Amino acid sequence: MKFLSALTIALSFVPLSARAQGKLNVITTTEDLASIAREVAGDRASIESLARGYQDPHYVEPKPSFILKLQKADVLVVVGRELELGWLPPLIQQSRNGRIQPGADGYLDASLHAEILEVPQGQITRAMGDVHPLGNPHYWLDPENGKRIAKDEAEKFAQLRPNDRAYFEQRLADFTTRLDAAQKRWLGMMAPYRGTKVVTYHRSFPNFARRFGLDIIGYVEPRPGIPPTPQHTLDLINEMKRQNVKLILVEPYFDLKTPNSIARGTGGMVLVMPPSVGGVKDVTDYFKLFDYDIDLLITAIKKTTTSTGP
Amino acid sequence: MRSMRVVCASAVAVGLLMTGSRAAAQDAQALRQEIDQLRRDFETLKQQYGDRLTALEAKLAVAQGTPPAQPGAAQPTAPVPPGAEGAGGPTGALPVYGGAVSGSKVFNPDIAVIGDFLGAVGKNDLHPDPFGPGPFPSALQMHESEASFQAVVDPYARGDFFMSFGQEGVELEEGYVTFTSLPGGLLTKVGKIRGAFGKVNAMHNHVLPWTDRPLVTNNLVGGEDGISDAAISVARLIPNPWLFLEATGQVFRGDAGPEDQPLFRAAKRSDLSYVGHLRGYHDITENSNLDFGFSYAHGHNTSGEADIVERGRFTTSLSGVDATFRWRPLQRSIYHSFVGRTEWIWSRRDQPNGLQSGSGLYVSGDYQFARRWFAGARLDRSNRADDALLVDTGGSVVLTFWPSEFSQVRGQFRRTNYADAPSANEFLFQFQFSIGAHGAHPF
Repeated sequence: MKFLSALTIALSFVPLSARAQGKLNVITTTEDLASIAREVAGDRASIESLARGYQDPHYVEPKPSFILKLQKADVLVVVGRELELGWLPPLIQQSRNGRIQPGADGYLDASLHAEILEVPQGQITRAMGDVHPLGNPHYWLDPENGKRIAKDEAEKFAQLRPNDRAYFEQRLADFTTRLDAAQKRWLGMMAPYRGTKVVTYHRSFPNFARRFGLDIIGYVEPRPGIPPTPQHTLDLINEMKRQNVKLILVEPYFDLKTPNSIARGTGGMVLVMPPSVGGVKDVTDYFKLFDYDIDLLITAIKKTTTSTGP
Repeated sequence: MRSMRVVCASAVAVGLLMTGSRAAAQDAQALRQEIDQLRRDFETLKQQYGDRLTALEAKLAVAQGTPPAQPGAAQPTAPVPPGAEGAGGPTGALPVYGGAVSGSKVFNPDIAVIGDFLGAVGKNDLHPDPFGPGPFPSALQMHESEASFQAVVDPYARGDFFMSFGQEGVELEEGYVTFTSLPGGLLTKVGKIRGAFGKVNAMHNHVLPWTDRPLVTNNLVGGEDGISDAAISVARLIPNPWLFLEATGQVFRGDAGPEDQPLFRAAKRSDLSYVGHLRGYHDITENSNLDFGFSYAHGHNTSGEADIVERGRFTTSLSGVDATFRWRPLQRSIYHSFVGRTEWIWSRRDQPNGLQSGSGLYVSGDYQFARRWFAGARLDRSNRADDALLVDTGGSVVLTFWPSEFSQVRGQFRRTNYADAPSANEFLFQFQFSIGAHGAHPF
């Protein structure tokens, strides 16, 4: 055993010194993490996401082609909070890559410093649906968390490429400044509409809603991961009517049948709102994600208030 | 306890007396002495009781197998809640119970249990137990409860155990260590492993797309038990610019298949069995992919077992080809999908009466037509391993409903035409449910 570990250590040193020169090979689980990584790593890393932005990140197929990508990765950045629980562990296991095993230097859980909402209190059971015991994993939809993710990623890249530390730190500072400015603009745009009540399909938007002042009053899913039922849909329509809620936000990967019938029942409007970079064609980076979503929201709010307003 | 009460009562009585008639100054001195004496008695008694309690606790702890608390050992403490201090409440730091114990729970493995209940309606003369080789008729059965324990062992390995509580008792279905980061890109497993022969042999019951296993698996590859044995398995990716290619080599102790109709059986230590598997995978588009494999297995069979000289002389070789086509549109991946699969297996079984060359196959398709609904069909055909002249054929249609990700209800209509018994028409149904840690989705 001693000989074996000595051999492992010896062998792992050889490629390490060779790798230290080249570009960092970064694999992320989602396109949001990839987009932020591109901001901080610039041309010093090649970055690729396993899941596409228009895909439900809970249900990604663990394709063997992903194993090939993970095999060569220097860094694996994951959303964490058990979002990838159903598909990532077997891929990491089969990657034959000791650098990215959980706990190793190349494994980064981006949620560790982020503000996490909806951490369940008290006893939880699966009767509540597919609850995430570690809190809501859709935390990247708040620019403040975007900054935290960027900071963790920059730190990780600098740890693995110490020579480029200054470069990563400078890019991080630049990203943070631009994101702060953009956030100020987004908050300004949303300011007149703070408190707007909406319904969402899945619990994908709590961080977004909190940052930009939306009030989520219900969900199309009766419980996380459980498809809509007629009774729940009826209750939701009644509640929306009672509170005069007109907007139904739906992630691009959900069926629109039930949301459309809710819209018909309430005189409301369905918005296909991407929670991720790549969720729709025009959203190609982390900034455009908020640009797109906020534009979409404001246009819809204006439309629904002029058509139903006094 | 009773004497403690007596002491307390007398203390109170003395207190009352003190405030009563004997308030005179000369009596005060005597009274104080009396109280002091009482207090000393009380303290001694308290001390005695305390010591006896501690001794008892220590005895109890020894009896339960835990060491007694060491005086002076660092105990985790917590501050007294604000407001409670001084007002007759405790002072100083409070001990925290269970802290060390709950910390160790972090390293407990992920535990899950999957229940598999099966039922059958209809007549089957050849296989009265519709899901196994057993001779007993069985309309309803708690076929299997599979308990899994999975965790990381250390920075170099992880451990996986799957215990199957079945009709005939408990069995280790699989239990192995996986070395995740060996040099040379080798993925090595050591333990009891389901062999990498084709697709169905490696599948646990709960990930099968049917309630049963195909005819060819039952006739040629050892049925539900299959090639599953103590083994060392090594898998390596073969680098190439076109596709995912993985070669697996496995060495087994040499026993496979059910007890009464084994596929392989080792008569001596050197009668090992071997499995080789080459898997290719290619993404056709982002929505569809092709997965294919070539398998080979070799081991000693039980024919000629009656003759002490011939024992272990005869061998069985299996070759197989499998292909799986998957379609799943990424953006609607939770609503629609299609999986088509097929396996062709050739068996060469050497026996005292000559070589038996048989073959078999299944072709199946499963279409997901709604978020929780799947419909499928399967065609079966297979020779018998020990008599290649006999051919069984069959067909099934399957409907599956998932109330949630953690449960499943399935119905299957199966017709089987046996070579040497009347055809059987059966309706099979299944309830499956899982509790505990969220496992990975099957692929």
